[in-house]
Amino acid sequence: MIPTIPQSRLIKVTYTAYVVLFFTYLALPLTVVAVFAFNDSQFPSLPWEGFTWDWFFGEEQPKIGVFHERPILRAIGTSALVGLCVSALSVAVGTTNAFLFNRYQFRGRGLLYVLMLTPLVIPGIVLGISILVFSSTVANAAWDAVEWDITALRPGLVLVILGQFSFITTIATLVIAARLQKFDRTLEEAALNLGAGHLTAVRTITIPYLMPALIGAFVVAFLMSFENFNTTLMLVGSDAPLTIAMFDRLKEGSTPLLNAVSLLLMVGSSLLALVMIAFQRR
Amino acid sequence: MQAAQRLGFLLLVTPLLLWLGLLIIIPHVDMFLVSLRERVGVGEYATSLANYRSFIDEPLYLMTFARTAVMSVMATALTLLIGFPVAYYIAKMARGRVRSALFLLCLVPFWVSELVRTFGWMILLRETGLFSSVLQWAGLADAPVEMLYNDAAIMVGLVYTSMLFMVVPLITTLDSLDDAVIEAGYDLGGSGPSILREIVIPHAMPGIVSGSIVVFMLSLGNYLTPIMLGGKDSLWFTELIYSQFIVRFNWELGAAFGFMLLILSSVIVWGTLRVTGQTLEKTMG
Repeated sequence: MIPTIPQSRLIKVTYTAYVVLFFTYLALPLTVVAVFAFNDSQFPSLPWEGFTWDWFFGEEQPKIGVFHERPILRAIGTSALVGLCVSALSVAVGTTNAFLFNRYQFRGRGLLYVLMLTPLVIPGIVLGISILVFSSTVANAAWDAVEWDITALRPGLVLVILGQFSFITTIATLVIAARLQKFDRTLEEAALNLGAGHLTAVRTITIPYLMPALIGAFVVAFLMSFENFNTTLMLVGSDAPLTIAMFDRLKEGSTPLLNAVSLLLMVGSSLLALVMIAFQRR
Repeated sequence: MQAAQRLGFLLLVTPLLLWLGLLIIIPHVDMFLVSLRERVGVGEYATSLANYRSFIDEPLYLMTFARTAVMSVMATALTLLIGFPVAYYIAKMARGRVRSALFLLCLVPFWVSELVRTFGWMILLRETGLFSSVLQWAGLADAPVEMLYNDAAIMVGLVYTSMLFMVVPLITTLDSLDDAVIEAGYDLGGSGPSILREIVIPHAMPGIVSGSIVVFMLSLGNYLTPIMLGGKDSLWFTELIYSQFIVRFNWELGAAFGFMLLILSSVIVWGTLRVTGQTLEKTMG
């Protein structure tokens, strides 16, 4: 079934209706989350009690808005910090990985490539517990040996960052490697002919060429880190990132405050995605 | 020159080895070792298969394990069935602006966290939720209807959460199928279904496999959707892992559970790749 082959009207209409239904299904949950952020009620459900901005800007009980709710603001800050660290680390390692697999032929290359992909097929929660188990093994060993308590290896932000980094690096590697694959090596050789050193050639020719992929990988890594739940859940300490903080609230019962946070998240990630698309176009 | 190249190689291979070694391989080996430990006294451990034995002996654990596997397979099949026509529409039927708009629309929901998506479904499905209100308003129900906290709700949530990871690889592979091939199929007397079976699906196989693997992994390892949308009896295997680790503090049993989950997912992924003749490099890389 393609446009150049005539089809009966009934089939065409049914197909289009199906696609419309599908996109309604995609949009529905997000739409209700967004709409109920403005409901002037204690609960994000019908009946509609009127429009309000209180869940964003409200200052007093019972309607404290997002911008006055300190725990949520702090959780956003934590998530942003974790996201920046994870993105920076995974783009750095992703770049070295991409160069390694693109530029060198060596024994064990195929095996390493498959190993590099495995984090994609390990459930997030298993990644989380394995890192939790190993880090506490190391921490306990350090304590037994020299009575040195390495707090960084106990559940907390450092472990959250390492846990997310462990699988987001694979994504970053794939994004960067895809663009490096298309790079014309003769450009680098021309730079070498013109007297540039290897590092200079890479810095002035290859890296600028890779820039859209580097930025793309950074944004994707940041978004993935920001919304990660499973791995983070197993490694989190007392400073909860946003998804964990929201989860804890949701378990106690929901108020439109959560809708307001969610709406802000949607707006934020859409803006980031747009920035990324703009960079890819250039 | 030789030496410089060797230095460059060493500099590039070190981060990779550190990452894979310290965060992937050694932690999993360590998790396996912990799962083989049996607590025999305070701070005393013996090596045994006791944790795996209690996994097999306790019906609740085994049942949950099987249920999680079966439901994940079902969720994967459903996602494929629902997503394939849409992917085909975007790749083959839509043109120009409509096409890129639809593609972007597919991506949008997934830029927000899974938590927000699940929350949306809770607002829709719960007793005081939108669907229930609409049903009452339309006169189809005379009391609030609870649609949350059952297996169907889990299914809806799982399919929703993983749709993107099915649709995008499908679009990519279907896009590379030349329209002329389909036209040739019609010219040679093929009908819609036979062309679908003999031309479109074989061509889309790499996309189907990679989409299915990712969706299966995401469903199997999901924690949020079953716990928020599922009821008291719809336990998910990840909930058992979580409760052994964080609530009961029985890391040995939890590690055994984690390892079982890893084995299950590896076996199914490996099996799928073998049966369909694909490789991990081709489908993921």
